Amino acid sequence: MQLAAASVTPGGVQLDELPIGQPARITAVDWACLVPEEAQRLRALGLDDGARVTLAYRGVFAGRDPLAVEIGRMTVALRRAHARAMTVEQVG
Amino acid sequence: MTRVRTAALVGNPNAGKSALFNALTGARQKIANYPGVTVERKAGRMLLPSGEPVELIDLPGSYGLDATSPDEEVTRKVILGEMEGQAKPEALVIVLDAANLEQHLVFAQEVIALGRPTVVALNMIDLAERDGLVLDPGALQEALGVPVIPTVAVRRRGLTELAAAIGEAELHAADPVHRRPHIDLTERRLEAHAMADGAILSETKRHRLHSRLDKVLLHPWLGPPILFALLFVVFQAVFAWATPFADALDAGAAWLADTVRAGMAPSLARDLLTDGVISGVGSVIVFLPQILILFFFILVLEATGYMARAAFLMDRLMAGVGLSGRSFIPLLSSFACAIPGIMATRSIADPKDRLTTILIAPLMTCSARLPVYAVIIAAFIPDRSVGAGVGLQGLVLFALYVAGIVGAMVVALVLRRSVTKGAASGFIMELPKYQLPTIKDLALGLFQRAWIFLRRAGTIIFTVTVVLWLLLNFPRAAPGEDQVDASLAGHLANGLAVVVEPIGFNRDIALALIPAMAAREVSVSSLATTYAVSAGDETQQATQLGDQLKARWTLPTALAFLAWFVFAPQCMSTIAVTRRETNGWKWPGFMLAYLFGLAYIFAGITYWSAVALGL
Repeated sequence: MQLAAASVTPGGVQLDELPIGQPARITAVDWACLVPEEAQRLRALGLDDGARVTLAYRGVFAGRDPLAVEIGRMTVALRRAHARAMTVEQVG
Repeated sequence: MTRVRTAALVGNPNAGKSALFNALTGARQKIANYPGVTVERKAGRMLLPSGEPVELIDLPGSYGLDATSPDEEVTRKVILGEMEGQAKPEALVIVLDAANLEQHLVFAQEVIALGRPTVVALNMIDLAERDGLVLDPGALQEALGVPVIPTVAVRRRGLTELAAAIGEAELHAADPVHRRPHIDLTERRLEAHAMADGAILSETKRHRLHSRLDKVLLHPWLGPPILFALLFVVFQAVFAWATPFADALDAGAAWLADTVRAGMAPSLARDLLTDGVISGVGSVIVFLPQILILFFFILVLEATGYMARAAFLMDRLMAGVGLSGRSFIPLLSSFACAIPGIMATRSIADPKDRLTTILIAPLMTCSARLPVYAVIIAAFIPDRSVGAGVGLQGLVLFALYVAGIVGAMVVALVLRRSVTKGAASGFIMELPKYQLPTIKDLALGLFQRAWIFLRRAGTIIFTVTVVLWLLLNFPRAAPGEDQVDASLAGHLANGLAVVVEPIGFNRDIALALIPAMAAREVSVSSLATTYAVSAGDETQQATQLGDQLKARWTLPTALAFLAWFVFAPQCMSTIAVTRRETNGWKWPGFMLAYLFGLAYIFAGITYWSAVALGL
């Protein structure tokens, strides 16, 4: 499946900018800016176009990195750099 | 005799595979490595209801058949029957986390599509119920086209039914309707969602336990202090709890040596037994309690799911030196032993990141250094308080741990900018649900560690001690000559002593460093053997090693000796496992060179600073 390489969708925000606890849906992922293995791992965990996610936690130290994202019944830790590649729209 | 049939457990990480494996096989397990790779092969015997034994293999957790890590590569190869030295399993048992079907059914479909005899264990169904999910295994069985058995591994629920289904698995390859090998990941994910929706009868929104715990444990300001408090308790316990057991083992070894001494006529053979075998091996076995307590905590942290949170909390700090939170788990394990630590780096996907972690793992203060530190500290550091209930001895030990950690961080920073230069590594990790570990799984894990340690003590350390004793006792000294001076080992050490004298080491230390290449703790038993041999009469022999050291070493020498062991890569097993993990001698060679270099420099700095300060 070919995914749109749009880095920013008008009206959308990047996943790392989402307020904590705000449910959202991934509308686009800029796979090209990610390392291929990491892109594969993110997709294997379900972080893909159309997935419903909630930002759950941010790290405490400089850069508020890493992030923990709730997806389905799972919590996945990832770096801000990964989250920044994902455009989301708020739902609910 | 017909060959025993094989079944393999497959599934996503955190599906509860290992608990199910333990429940099905009990203590009848064999842990080895797959040939050519260092991925652990866990196999055990289980009995079918018919009484037929089946070999069950626990495969590494995997998200799919497109492997990205060495672990997943093994899973793929075994499932497809491409793994050398491993018969293609007759049956596959897919383990699903009942509370996370949408995710786990993605890989399950991929495996079922292979058309092999397959059974599904709908595991941890009790936790799903705790989360307010009511599931219909029948609907899932209908959708997947293979038998689905609800199980709760830790409560032994559903095990008989699962065993029966494994026995009949060959009748149950998915029918062609359910074999859709040509759909891609996105379609499989949509299908997984549909199947999960079909299998979930009702869902009550409950405030799930793990998100409540995470609110505290991953809290930006509470999380890190809780982690450090936990680590402090762990290390405190390692020393406080172990003491009575260690003392008992110590007394036992002394008693055994005395009994042998009393019961045998004086002879070289008697000396070999008491001074060589019993005092040598005994001085190492004493540390079993500490090792077990540290492993106990690591096992608990892993089994409860907290370890992944620790990785999350540590990620930013690790990123500061070019690593990721994933390196935290191998490095923490390295506090017990660098070997499982280095093997645990396989979960790090980025090769440069992994190599850096392997290279710094030996700097974490492993349990083999404890015998060395404990003996020297007890002998040379006064047992007094520095205020606020903190003892000076404990403080020195703490400083040695910190020196190792700081050393590792600085080395990682330098390596990531030089030899292991590359793009900064990422951090992607599933945070598993919190779970209460079962006593049985913990006991089994601990037993396996204890066995590995004792086997090491019984083989490497035993052999080295005996060889050293022989080297120390032959050729025999002429009357009036010191036995150690006359011995072969004495001559060898004289050569090495020239090299280590500038950093404050004496000949006895040079002598202890040679066999300590096998394992660091051997230096303690070597010193014990050396001083037992050189001691002329029985009363002197009975003197504790600590008193012997105090009489023969200066404080700067003792401190330099401690500094040496913060860095020195004196462990053949670590070198061997590094060679295996990095496929060649280049990196273990590099590791040896840089660590010996650091050890020499820092022992020297310590010695000359201490001398300058007039200690």
